[in-house]
Amino acid sequence: MKQGLWILAVLLSHWRRHPTQLATLLVGLISATALWSGVQALNQQARTSYDRAAAVFGGTRVAMLVGRDSTFSQKLFVDLRRAGWPVSPVLEGRVRVGGRSLRLLGIEPVTFPAETGTIPSIRTSDLQTFIVPPGEALVAPETLSQVGAAEGATLRTDEGAMLPPLKVQAQLAPGVMVVDVGVAQRILHLPGQLSRLLIGQTRGTRAPLEAIAGDKLRYVAPDAETDLERLTDSFHLNLSAFGLLSFLVGLFIVNSAIGLAFEQRMPMLRTLRACGVSSRMLNGTLLAELMMVALVAGLIGLVCGYLIAAALLPDVASSLQGLYGARIPGELTLTPQWWAAGLAMSAVGTLAAAATSLLKAIRAPVLAMAQPYARQQTQQRWLGWQGLAALAMLVAAIAVLIVGNSLISGFAILAALLLGAALALPVLLGFVLRIGERSARGPLAMWFWADSREQLPGLSLALMALLLALAVNVGVGTMVESFSRTFATWLDGRLAADVYVNARDDAQARDIQTSLRARPEVTAILPSGRAEIEIGGWPVEVLGLADHATYRDRWPLLESAPHAWDDVRSGRAALVSEQLARRLNLRLGGRLDVSTPDGAWSLNIAAIYADYGNPKGQIVVNIDAFTSRFPNLPRTRFGLRVTPDKIAPLIDDMRKTFHLDESRLSDQSTLKAESTQIFNRTFTVTAALNTFTLGVAGVALLTSLLTLSNSRLPYLAPLWAIGLTRRQLAGIELLKTLSIAFFTALLALPLGLLVAWCLIAVVNVRAFGWRLPLHVFPLHLAELLGVAMLASLLAMLVPVARLIRMPPAALIKVFADER
Amino acid sequence: MRVPTASKVPLLDVRNLSKTYRSGQERIAVLRGACLRVEAGESVALTGESGSGKSTLLHLIAGLDQADGGSIRFDETEVTALADRGRAALRRNRLGLVFQQFNLIPSLTVADNLAFQARIAGRHDSRWQSDLVDRLGLGDLLKRYPEQLSGGQQQRVAIGRALAVRPPLLLADEPTGNLDEATADEVMDLARDLIRQTGCGFLMVTHSARIAATLDRQILLSAGLIA
Repeated sequence: MKQGLWILAVLLSHWRRHPTQLATLLVGLISATALWSGVQALNQQARTSYDRAAAVFGGTRVAMLVGRDSTFSQKLFVDLRRAGWPVSPVLEGRVRVGGRSLRLLGIEPVTFPAETGTIPSIRTSDLQTFIVPPGEALVAPETLSQVGAAEGATLRTDEGAMLPPLKVQAQLAPGVMVVDVGVAQRILHLPGQLSRLLIGQTRGTRAPLEAIAGDKLRYVAPDAETDLERLTDSFHLNLSAFGLLSFLVGLFIVNSAIGLAFEQRMPMLRTLRACGVSSRMLNGTLLAELMMVALVAGLIGLVCGYLIAAALLPDVASSLQGLYGARIPGELTLTPQWWAAGLAMSAVGTLAAAATSLLKAIRAPVLAMAQPYARQQTQQRWLGWQGLAALAMLVAAIAVLIVGNSLISGFAILAALLLGAALALPVLLGFVLRIGERSARGPLAMWFWADSREQLPGLSLALMALLLALAVNVGVGTMVESFSRTFATWLDGRLAADVYVNARDDAQARDIQTSLRARPEVTAILPSGRAEIEIGGWPVEVLGLADHATYRDRWPLLESAPHAWDDVRSGRAALVSEQLARRLNLRLGGRLDVSTPDGAWSLNIAAIYADYGNPKGQIVVNIDAFTSRFPNLPRTRFGLRVTPDKIAPLIDDMRKTFHLDESRLSDQSTLKAESTQIFNRTFTVTAALNTFTLGVAGVALLTSLLTLSNSRLPYLAPLWAIGLTRRQLAGIELLKTLSIAFFTALLALPLGLLVAWCLIAVVNVRAFGWRLPLHVFPLHLAELLGVAMLASLLAMLVPVARLIRMPPAALIKVFADER
Repeated sequence: MRVPTASKVPLLDVRNLSKTYRSGQERIAVLRGACLRVEAGESVALTGESGSGKSTLLHLIAGLDQADGGSIRFDETEVTALADRGRAALRRNRLGLVFQQFNLIPSLTVADNLAFQARIAGRHDSRWQSDLVDRLGLGDLLKRYPEQLSGGQQQRVAIGRALAVRPPLLLADEPTGNLDEATADEVMDLARDLIRQTGCGFLMVTHSARIAATLDRQILLSAGLIA
């Protein structure tokens, strides 16, 4: 034990003498762990929220009975209980409190199934308080702070209904309020009505459902996954992919730092062996040393990861709420598993990055054997294998592109493409430098190219990191810019009406329309309808639109048959969203069967349109045909065309006259601003991770150059001895590194465009079901090229300054050390 | 092949030692049945041309490399029969090694370098180390790192480290090869004094006939055989 500690102390003494190397190693590991664990923290936070939401809704994790309409009679609950069904009633609706919309959930705690695993305190000591008037309104801590009330406070809804006193329940999802079902019926003005019945797992004989409820209720089987989890999977996969990329780029730094440290320590390891340290003891201690570094860096990385996640959480929460309606609390709560996984990731990453160096140290003979030529040959052979591996990766990318069809395969294509390109980089650079060497005139130029080639192995990992970071930056930047440009045009087409109205009921809708017909500034009233159905097991919205130039001229059609709008007007055809068309493999001229209360409605596909960001499928039909097929749906929605300068006064008048709040009356510009904000935020996180990754690549380059500069003296001293000044040498070093970085950045541009194409045409299509047009932005590419060169210049500053200031004694020492 | 006659059990007894290296397709026989004996407290110089196998023989005795055939018996232990762990323990506890390149640990101070082997052998004796420091004239250099020392100073530290465990045998591979004549003499004088004081055997590989002549006995190795 004591012997091991002494050996460990000797190994650690290397880092004390080389603090920059230690810093490099720690920076790499900390960056890798921080970015990975930050992203995992975000994902975990979101998933916990989905679980909380799912559990509170008593949703898809529990079997339930739902009505044909939105609510059904409470009598069915009583009948089912009497027939032996272990059901528990739930009534759900929305209330506004202090201008905030909350989901009100009425439950019956005595019969509430235990397997939902929520609100445990109701089941024990607080049952009486919850049921007996005034009862309790359970809310999450986040909701309590949102409504700005203290625990125990009694609030009123905006409509004036008195709520029970508030009580905090940490397990609840934000934005949800749980009350006794009787209280919910009173607040929602739905006496004797229920939304669904949760089914407990009690076994026993029960009468068939149909015998008790007829066709009024239908059974919904429990699902392992929540809807939110399914919908948001692609978003989280996207985040994970970026986290993993950043992690890998960080490991490039670790690999480079550990490689150099092991190379420098090889004589020390031999001395230790010569002094009687067994190889087992030495290898074990080397491993222990690495694990110590991984543990320390992992812990710091986790703290940094927490900070990154906390900084990005508002954007992620906003994106998830905007895109999927998923609510994520604004504060991070992290589990012990997250800490453990982060440390494990740091340890695994360290081992992976150190594997080659560790193996080399383990296999190294006790006696040093100077075989420079053999090493050079090995390097050449290795480069050949690397070239073959790169080729294999690129072939694999093409194969997966042809064969694969899932989102995972989309990311696999990206991974294979990036890895293949990274592996090919040293081979390509070697080729370019060899051409340069052959065409060089004069001894200094020849040395310039030859020495650049000599430097390549030491720099190649950092250059690979730079290539990956730049390519991903170009790819994601191009995708986001393409999206931004397309989205603006698309939004103009989708939000064609000037004002959107959703009346409280049909009667109010009729009143509003009558009043609007008398106003000359309203140039068109465009009634619309919306029905939720399922096609092929996928949720689909049926949208009924009026036949009007507003839509004919601006609806964002991607492809259409001749006279598409005329066909839609006839009620025989529909426009289909791109997602739905891709999902169900629908083509123009094909047919689509829509189930309606009247039976199947067979529709011709007249056009396919862009519907970016909608996780559901959507079809557009004529409003009259829609109304006849879905006669029982409320006709409360309509859009208005209004003279532009009269929009604001009209909205003010309507608010005053019909008491319509923001959720029922909105103008186009507000909706556009909100939608643009949601979509911009969707990519804020990606852009932030992108920048982090580029930063890490910059650090990788800096650290590689710093470490490499230490071993450059024997190459530079002879030139200094034959008459080149230190300033000239520094200039040559700078030029060499900038040239190599420039070639790398040049290669990154086409690779980045390929990544953009892959994201737009493969990953997005498989993740979201829609494809964007690819736009190339030359200015953005030029900017990135500039950033890469600036990063390389900054990375070179310290080694160059060090060389310029190097005392002649240090250069002379090179010759003094020669044997 | 000439086997030295033994009057008593020698400290080191090497018999018919052979070692072949492979270089590409070619096999090079470095040692072809070398025999050697060193008595306790005896100082022996191993000389020979470059490539004659001197260093290889020393490395095999130290257990740094494995012989293809023959036997190395050191103080009742058959070195060739030892596994890596056993050979490491032998070097750690019972041998002192000094190299031409000094092989100090660059990240440790002189004091830590001196104590290193004794510490990992669990036999650190601060009084003996302090004695070694005085005799080797390293008192003012204890806090320095190897890179801050001259070649002669570094070799004195290496000798101190090797003798800190009071080994029965000190093996030195060209210890003066990197030193000028005056420094080499100074280092050798110190080494001889210390060896005499500790009573350990000393086997040194050297090119220098002048330095070889200062030891008790000289052995010439030629083409892998003791001449």
